[in-house]
Amino acid sequence: MLATAIILFREVLEASLIIAIILGASKTIPNRGKWVAAGIGIGLAGASLVALFADQISSAFSGNGQPLFNSSILLLAVSMLGWHSIWMSQHSKKMTENIQVLGNNIQKGTKPPFALMIITLIAVMREGSEAVLFLWAISTGGAQYNTMITGGILGVMAGILSGILLYKGLLRLPIRHFFSITNAFILLLTAGLAAQAAGFLNQAGIVPSLGNQIWNSSRFLSQTSIPGQLMHILIGYTARPMGIQIVFYLLTLFILFSLTHLIKIHKNKT
Amino acid sequence: MFYHQAKKFSLIFLICSIFLTNIATAESVIEIKHQQFFPMKIVLPPGKKVKLTLKNNDAIPAEFESTDLSREIIVPGHDQVIVYVGPLDPGNYRFFNDFNRASKGTITVLTPSKRQ
Repeated sequence: MLATAIILFREVLEASLIIAIILGASKTIPNRGKWVAAGIGIGLAGASLVALFADQISSAFSGNGQPLFNSSILLLAVSMLGWHSIWMSQHSKKMTENIQVLGNNIQKGTKPPFALMIITLIAVMREGSEAVLFLWAISTGGAQYNTMITGGILGVMAGILSGILLYKGLLRLPIRHFFSITNAFILLLTAGLAAQAAGFLNQAGIVPSLGNQIWNSSRFLSQTSIPGQLMHILIGYTARPMGIQIVFYLLTLFILFSLTHLIKIHKNKT
Repeated sequence: MFYHQAKKFSLIFLICSIFLTNIATAESVIEIKHQQFFPMKIVLPPGKKVKLTLKNNDAIPAEFESTDLSREIIVPGHDQVIVYVGPLDPGNYRFFNDFNRASKGTITVLTPSKRQ
Protein backbone atom coordinates (compact mmCIF):
# COMPACT_ATOMS: atom_id res chain seq x y z
CA MET A 1 0.00 0.00 0.00
CA LEU A 2 2.79 2.39 0.92
CA ALA A 3 4.60 1.62 -2.33
CA THR A 4 1.52 2.55 -4.36
CA ALA A 5 1.02 5.69 -2.29
CA ILE A 6 4.56 6.77 -3.12
CA ILE A 7 4.15 6.07 -6.85
CA LEU A 8 1.00 8.15 -7.07
CA PHE A 9 2.47 10.85 -4.81
CA ARG A 10 5.38 11.25 -7.23
CA GLU A 11 3.08 11.37 -10.23
CA VAL A 12 0.80 14.00 -8.73
CA LEU A 13 3.53 16.11 -7.14
CA GLU A 14 4.78 17.80 -10.32
CA ALA A 15 1.34 18.93 -11.49
CA SER A 16 0.45 19.99 -7.98
CA LEU A 17 3.56 22.15 -7.50
CA ILE A 18 3.24 23.75 -10.95
CA ILE A 19 -0.37 24.69 -10.23
CA ALA A 20 0.63 26.07 -6.82
CA ILE A 21 3.30 28.27 -8.38
CA ILE A 22 1.12 29.71 -11.12
CA LEU A 23 -1.81 30.19 -8.75
CA GLY A 24 0.50 32.06 -6.42
CA ALA A 25 2.16 34.09 -9.17
CA SER A 26 -1.16 35.15 -10.65
CA LYS A 27 -2.91 35.96 -7.40
CA THR A 28 -4.02 39.38 -8.61
CA ILE A 29 -5.62 38.14 -11.81
CA PRO A 30 -9.38 38.06 -11.33
CA ASN A 31 -11.21 34.79 -11.95
CA ARG A 32 -7.90 32.92 -12.17
CA GLY A 33 -9.38 30.20 -10.00
CA LYS A 34 -12.00 29.45 -12.63
CA TRP A 35 -9.43 29.25 -15.43
CA VAL A 36 -7.17 27.01 -13.39
CA ALA A 37 -10.12 24.83 -12.35
CA ALA A 38 -11.13 24.53 -16.01
CA GLY A 39 -7.54 23.54 -16.80
CA ILE A 40 -7.61 20.84 -14.12
CA GLY A 41 -10.95 19.52 -15.39
CA ILE A 42 -9.94 19.39 -19.05
CA GLY A 43 -6.53 18.08 -18.02
CA LEU A 44 -8.09 15.15 -16.16
CA ALA A 45 -10.29 14.33 -19.15
CA GLY A 46 -7.21 14.58 -21.38
CA ALA A 47 -5.23 12.38 -18.98
CA SER A 48 -7.91 9.69 -19.21
CA LEU A 49 -7.84 9.90 -23.00
CA VAL A 50 -4.04 9.63 -23.07
CA ALA A 51 -4.20 6.64 -20.71
CA LEU A 52 -6.89 5.02 -22.86
CA PHE A 53 -4.80 5.41 -26.00
CA ALA A 54 -1.46 4.62 -24.31
CA ASP A 55 -0.90 1.63 -26.60
CA GLN A 56 -1.58 3.65 -29.74
CA ILE A 57 0.54 6.59 -28.63
CA SER A 58 3.52 4.40 -27.80
CA SER A 59 3.44 2.62 -31.15
CA ALA A 60 2.87 5.81 -33.18
CA PHE A 61 5.75 7.31 -35.19
CA SER A 62 7.56 3.98 -35.35
CA GLY A 63 7.70 3.66 -31.58
CA ASN A 64 8.62 7.28 -30.94
CA GLY A 65 5.09 8.40 -30.11
CA GLN A 66 5.62 8.85 -26.38
CA PRO A 67 8.76 10.99 -26.44
CA LEU A 68 7.36 13.08 -29.30
CA PHE A 69 4.09 13.58 -27.44
CA ASN A 70 5.89 14.44 -24.20
CA SER A 71 8.31 16.86 -25.81
CA SER A 72 5.54 18.64 -27.75
CA ILE A 73 3.33 19.25 -24.76
CA LEU A 74 6.33 20.23 -22.62
CA LEU A 75 7.40 22.79 -25.22
CA LEU A 76 3.84 24.11 -25.35
CA ALA A 77 3.94 24.46 -21.57
CA VAL A 78 7.29 26.25 -21.85
CA SER A 79 5.89 28.79 -24.33
CA MET A 80 2.77 29.38 -22.24
CA LEU A 81 4.81 29.81 -19.05
CA GLY A 82 7.17 32.11 -20.91
CA TRP A 83 4.30 34.22 -22.15
CA HIS A 84 2.83 34.31 -18.67
CA SER A 85 6.15 35.28 -17.10
CA ILE A 86 6.80 38.10 -19.58
CA TRP A 87 3.27 39.37 -19.19
CA MET A 88 3.48 39.27 -15.40
CA SER A 89 6.78 41.13 -15.31
CA GLN A 90 5.24 43.88 -17.42
CA HIS A 91 2.23 44.24 -15.23
CA SER A 92 3.54 43.36 -11.80
CA LYS A 93 4.36 46.95 -10.95
CA LYS A 94 0.90 48.09 -11.85
CA MET A 95 -0.49 45.17 -9.93
CA THR A 96 1.14 46.07 -6.68
CA GLU A 97 -0.04 49.65 -7.13
CA ASN A 98 -3.52 49.21 -8.39
CA ILE A 99 -5.17 45.85 -8.57
CA GLN A 100 -8.51 47.19 -9.71
CA VAL A 101 -7.14 48.81 -12.91
CA LEU A 102 -5.46 45.58 -13.79
CA GLY A 103 -8.66 43.62 -13.33
CA ASN A 104 -10.32 45.93 -15.81
CA ASN A 105 -7.47 45.51 -18.30
CA ILE A 106 -7.83 41.77 -18.24
CA GLN A 107 -11.54 41.90 -18.75
CA LYS A 108 -10.94 44.16 -21.76
CA GLY A 109 -9.06 41.46 -23.57
CA THR A 110 -5.47 40.75 -22.56
CA LYS A 111 -5.26 37.01 -22.33
CA PRO A 112 -2.98 35.49 -19.69
CA PRO A 113 -5.85 33.59 -18.01
CA PHE A 114 -5.94 31.50 -21.15
CA ALA A 115 -2.25 30.69 -20.69
CA LEU A 116 -3.02 29.80 -17.06
CA MET A 117 -5.60 27.29 -18.23
CA ILE A 118 -3.30 25.71 -20.82
CA ILE A 119 -0.40 25.39 -18.35
CA THR A 120 -2.67 23.72 -15.78
CA LEU A 121 -4.19 21.50 -18.43
CA ILE A 122 -0.79 20.28 -19.63
CA ALA A 123 0.58 19.74 -16.13
CA VAL A 124 -2.45 17.68 -15.14
CA MET A 125 -2.67 15.79 -18.41
CA ARG A 126 0.98 14.80 -18.60
CA GLU A 127 1.45 13.48 -15.10
CA GLY A 128 -2.20 12.54 -14.65
CA SER A 129 -2.21 10.17 -17.60
CA GLU A 130 0.44 8.02 -15.92
CA ALA A 131 -1.47 8.04 -12.64
CA VAL A 132 -4.73 7.13 -14.41
CA LEU A 133 -3.05 4.36 -16.41
CA PHE A 134 -1.60 2.87 -13.26
CA LEU A 135 -4.71 3.22 -11.11
CA TRP A 136 -6.83 1.81 -13.90
CA ALA A 137 -4.63 -1.24 -14.25
CA ILE A 138 -4.69 -2.00 -10.53
CA SER A 139 -8.42 -1.33 -10.18
CA THR A 140 -9.30 -3.79 -12.94
CA GLY A 141 -6.83 -6.33 -11.59
CA GLY A 142 -9.17 -7.80 -8.96
CA ALA A 143 -9.19 -8.07 -5.19
CA GLN A 144 -5.43 -8.60 -4.85
CA TYR A 145 -4.92 -4.94 -5.64
CA ASN A 146 -7.48 -3.48 -3.21
CA THR A 147 -4.92 -2.16 -0.76
CA MET A 148 -2.98 -0.68 -3.67
CA ILE A 149 -6.01 1.43 -4.61
CA THR A 150 -6.29 2.78 -1.07
CA GLY A 151 -2.56 3.57 -1.19
CA GLY A 152 -2.95 5.23 -4.56
CA ILE A 153 -5.69 7.52 -3.35
CA LEU A 154 -3.66 8.44 -0.25
CA GLY A 155 -0.71 9.22 -2.52
CA VAL A 156 -2.80 11.47 -4.73
CA MET A 157 -4.06 13.32 -1.64
CA ALA A 158 -0.52 13.76 -0.29
CA GLY A 159 0.57 15.18 -3.67
CA ILE A 160 -2.27 17.69 -3.70
CA LEU A 161 -1.51 18.63 -0.08
CA SER A 162 2.11 19.46 -1.00
CA GLY A 163 0.83 21.84 -3.65
CA ILE A 164 -1.50 23.52 -1.16
CA LEU A 165 1.40 23.93 1.30
CA LEU A 166 3.61 25.53 -1.35
CA TYR A 167 0.76 27.82 -2.36
CA LYS A 168 0.14 28.90 1.25
CA GLY A 169 3.87 29.49 1.62
CA LEU A 170 3.98 31.67 -1.49
CA LEU A 171 1.08 33.79 -0.25
CA ARG A 172 3.05 34.57 2.91
CA LEU A 173 5.81 36.25 0.93
CA PRO A 174 6.08 39.99 1.56
CA ILE A 175 4.18 41.87 -1.14
CA ARG A 176 7.20 44.02 -2.03
CA HIS A 177 9.18 41.02 -3.22
CA PHE A 178 6.23 38.87 -4.15
CA PHE A 179 6.33 39.22 -7.93
CA SER A 180 10.09 39.03 -8.28
CA ILE A 181 10.18 35.84 -6.21
CA THR A 182 7.26 34.14 -7.92
CA ASN A 183 8.62 35.21 -11.31
CA ALA A 184 11.98 33.67 -10.45
CA PHE A 185 10.13 30.47 -9.54
CA ILE A 186 8.37 30.50 -12.90
CA LEU A 187 11.57 31.24 -14.85
CA LEU A 188 13.42 28.30 -13.27
CA LEU A 189 10.41 26.03 -13.63
CA THR A 190 10.11 26.96 -17.32
CA ALA A 191 13.81 26.38 -17.99
CA GLY A 192 13.56 23.04 -16.20
CA LEU A 193 10.63 21.95 -18.36
CA ALA A 194 12.56 23.00 -21.48
CA ALA A 195 15.45 20.79 -20.35
CA GLN A 196 13.02 17.90 -19.84
CA ALA A 197 11.65 18.49 -23.34
CA ALA A 198 15.23 18.36 -24.68
CA GLY A 199 15.62 14.96 -23.01
CA PHE A 200 12.52 13.64 -24.77
CA LEU A 201 13.55 15.17 -28.10
CA ASN A 202 16.85 13.34 -27.78
CA GLN A 203 15.02 10.16 -26.82
CA ALA A 204 13.00 10.50 -30.05
CA GLY A 205 16.24 10.99 -31.99
CA ILE A 206 15.45 14.56 -33.07
CA VAL A 207 18.26 16.41 -31.33
CA PRO A 208 21.81 15.22 -30.56
CA SER A 209 22.77 14.74 -26.91
CA LEU A 210 25.88 16.98 -27.14
CA GLY A 211 27.49 14.85 -24.47
CA ASN A 212 25.59 12.23 -22.49
CA GLN A 213 26.75 13.29 -19.09
CA ILE A 214 28.13 16.75 -18.60
CA TRP A 215 28.40 16.19 -14.87
CA ASN A 216 27.29 13.58 -12.37
CA SER A 217 26.00 14.85 -9.07
CA SER A 218 23.89 11.82 -8.16
CA ARG A 219 26.10 11.17 -5.14
CA PHE A 220 25.25 14.53 -3.62
CA LEU A 221 21.60 14.63 -4.62
CA SER A 222 20.08 11.61 -6.30
CA GLN A 223 17.37 12.55 -8.72
CA THR A 224 15.28 9.60 -7.63
CA SER A 225 15.14 10.73 -3.99
CA ILE A 226 12.22 12.91 -2.91
CA PRO A 227 14.41 16.02 -2.35
CA GLY A 228 16.07 15.37 -5.72
CA GLN A 229 12.72 15.09 -7.39
CA LEU A 230 11.51 18.29 -5.72
CA MET A 231 14.53 20.14 -7.06
CA HIS A 232 13.98 18.51 -10.45
CA ILE A 233 10.45 19.91 -10.62
CA LEU A 234 11.18 23.32 -9.13
CA ILE A 235 14.48 24.28 -10.77
CA GLY A 236 15.02 21.52 -13.31
CA TYR A 237 17.77 19.77 -11.34
CA THR A 238 19.24 16.87 -13.30
CA ALA A 239 21.90 14.65 -11.74
CA ARG A 240 23.44 13.55 -15.04
CA PRO A 241 22.42 16.09 -17.65
CA MET A 242 22.99 15.84 -21.36
CA GLY A 243 24.63 18.77 -23.11
CA ILE A 244 21.48 19.52 -25.05
CA GLN A 245 19.50 19.81 -21.81
CA ILE A 246 21.87 22.47 -20.51
CA VAL A 247 21.62 24.28 -23.84
CA PHE A 248 17.81 24.28 -23.70
CA TYR A 249 17.86 25.37 -20.06
CA LEU A 250 20.18 28.33 -20.59
CA LEU A 251 18.58 29.29 -23.90
CA THR A 252 15.14 29.46 -22.30
CA LEU A 253 16.43 31.67 -19.49
CA PHE A 254 18.25 33.87 -22.00
CA ILE A 255 15.21 34.27 -24.28
CA LEU A 256 12.88 35.09 -21.41
CA PHE A 257 15.31 37.60 -19.89
CA SER A 258 15.94 39.33 -23.21
CA LEU A 259 12.27 39.51 -24.15
CA THR A 260 11.37 40.97 -20.77
CA HIS A 261 14.11 43.60 -21.11
CA LEU A 262 13.37 44.41 -24.75
CA ILE A 263 9.75 45.05 -23.87
CA LYS A 264 10.80 47.29 -20.99
CA ILE A 265 13.14 49.32 -23.24
CA HIS A 266 10.45 49.57 -25.86
CA LYS A 267 7.92 50.78 -23.30
CA ASN A 268 10.26 53.42 -21.93
CA LYS A 269 10.79 54.86 -25.41
CA THR A 270 7.11 55.22 -26.17
CA MET B 1 22.52 -19.38 -12.87
CA PHE B 2 19.78 -17.63 -14.77
CA TYR B 3 21.67 -14.40 -14.54
CA HIS B 4 24.85 -15.92 -15.91
CA GLN B 5 23.01 -17.34 -18.87
CA ALA B 6 21.36 -14.02 -19.46
CA LYS B 7 24.69 -12.27 -19.30
CA LYS B 8 26.26 -14.79 -21.61
CA PHE B 9 23.36 -14.52 -23.99
CA SER B 10 23.47 -10.76 -24.09
CA LEU B 11 27.22 -10.85 -24.60
CA ILE B 12 26.91 -13.28 -27.49
CA PHE B 13 24.06 -11.26 -28.87
CA LEU B 14 26.12 -8.15 -28.53
CA ILE B 15 29.23 -9.54 -30.14
CA CYS B 16 27.14 -10.93 -32.98
CA SER B 17 25.47 -7.64 -33.54
CA ILE B 18 28.82 -5.86 -33.55
CA PHE B 19 30.81 -8.23 -35.70
CA LEU B 20 28.25 -9.76 -37.99
CA THR B 21 26.13 -6.80 -38.90
CA ASN B 22 28.72 -4.12 -38.24
CA ILE B 23 26.13 -1.36 -38.37
CA ALA B 24 25.97 1.81 -36.34
CA THR B 25 23.19 0.62 -34.07
CA ALA B 26 23.12 -2.35 -31.74
CA GLU B 27 19.98 -3.94 -30.35
CA SER B 28 18.95 -5.39 -27.05
CA VAL B 29 15.76 -6.64 -25.45
CA ILE B 30 14.64 -6.22 -21.86
CA GLU B 31 11.53 -8.04 -20.71
CA ILE B 32 9.34 -7.37 -17.70
CA LYS B 33 7.94 -10.47 -16.04
CA HIS B 34 6.26 -10.66 -12.65
CA GLN B 35 7.35 -7.10 -11.93
CA GLN B 36 11.02 -7.84 -12.58
CA PHE B 37 13.34 -6.91 -15.40
CA PHE B 38 14.85 -9.74 -17.34
CA PRO B 39 17.75 -9.60 -17.75
CA MET B 40 18.44 -7.35 -14.80
CA LYS B 41 21.92 -6.62 -16.05
CA ILE B 42 22.75 -6.06 -19.66
CA VAL B 43 25.98 -5.21 -21.36
CA LEU B 44 26.08 -2.76 -24.24
CA PRO B 45 28.84 -1.69 -26.61
CA PRO B 46 30.49 1.70 -26.11
CA GLY B 47 30.07 4.49 -28.62
CA LYS B 48 27.05 3.00 -30.33
CA LYS B 49 23.44 3.90 -30.55
CA VAL B 50 21.44 1.04 -29.07
CA LYS B 51 17.86 0.13 -29.86
CA LEU B 52 16.32 -1.23 -26.67
CA THR B 53 13.08 -3.13 -27.02
CA LEU B 54 11.12 -3.20 -23.77
CA LYS B 55 8.58 -5.96 -23.57
CA ASN B 56 6.02 -6.06 -20.78
CA ASN B 57 4.59 -9.52 -20.09
CA ASP B 58 2.57 -8.35 -17.10
CA ALA B 59 -0.94 -6.92 -17.14
CA ILE B 60 0.15 -3.89 -15.11
CA PRO B 61 1.83 -1.08 -17.03
CA ALA B 62 5.44 -0.29 -16.21
CA GLU B 63 7.43 2.89 -16.61
CA PHE B 64 10.97 2.18 -17.68
CA GLU B 65 12.94 5.06 -16.27
CA SER B 66 16.59 5.92 -16.01
CA THR B 67 17.78 9.21 -14.65
CA ASP B 68 21.31 8.05 -15.53
CA LEU B 69 20.30 7.83 -19.19
CA SER B 70 17.63 10.56 -19.15
CA ARG B 71 15.04 8.16 -20.43
CA GLU B 72 11.49 7.50 -19.31
CA ILE B 73 8.86 5.61 -21.20
CA ILE B 74 5.59 3.88 -20.33
CA VAL B 75 5.38 0.22 -21.27
CA PRO B 76 1.67 -0.65 -21.32
CA GLY B 77 0.61 -4.09 -20.08
CA HIS B 78 1.16 -6.91 -22.59
CA ASP B 79 2.85 -4.55 -25.01
CA GLN B 80 6.30 -3.45 -26.09
CA VAL B 81 7.99 -0.15 -26.79
CA ILE B 82 11.30 0.90 -28.29
CA VAL B 83 13.76 3.29 -26.75
CA TYR B 84 17.10 4.37 -28.16
CA VAL B 85 20.08 4.97 -25.89
CA GLY B 86 23.60 6.16 -26.47
CA PRO B 87 26.13 6.32 -27.93
CA LEU B 88 27.29 5.74 -24.38
CA ASP B 89 30.60 6.09 -22.58
CA PRO B 90 31.84 3.09 -20.59
CA GLY B 91 30.24 2.86 -17.16
CA ASN B 92 27.17 1.71 -15.27
CA TYR B 93 23.74 3.13 -15.93
CA ARG B 94 20.90 2.20 -13.60
CA PHE B 95 17.30 1.90 -14.65
CA PHE B 96 14.12 1.14 -12.72
CA ASN B 97 10.38 0.73 -13.04
CA ASP B 98 8.85 3.98 -11.83
CA PHE B 99 5.61 2.09 -11.14
CA ASN B 100 7.46 -0.40 -8.96
CA ARG B 101 10.71 1.00 -7.68
CA ALA B 102 11.73 -2.36 -6.24
CA SER B 103 12.42 -3.62 -9.76
CA LYS B 104 15.72 -2.28 -10.96
CA GLY B 105 18.47 -3.12 -13.38
CA THR B 106 21.80 -1.94 -14.70
CA ILE B 107 23.19 -1.34 -18.14
CA THR B 108 26.94 -1.79 -18.25
CA VAL B 109 28.94 -0.29 -21.05
CA LEU B 110 32.35 -1.92 -21.21
CA THR B 111 35.56 -0.20 -22.13
CA PRO B 112 36.67 -1.32 -25.63
CA SER B 113 39.81 -3.10 -24.36
CA LYS B 114 37.87 -5.20 -21.83
CA ARG B 115 35.51 -6.49 -24.45
CA GLN B 116 38.16 -8.05 -26.62
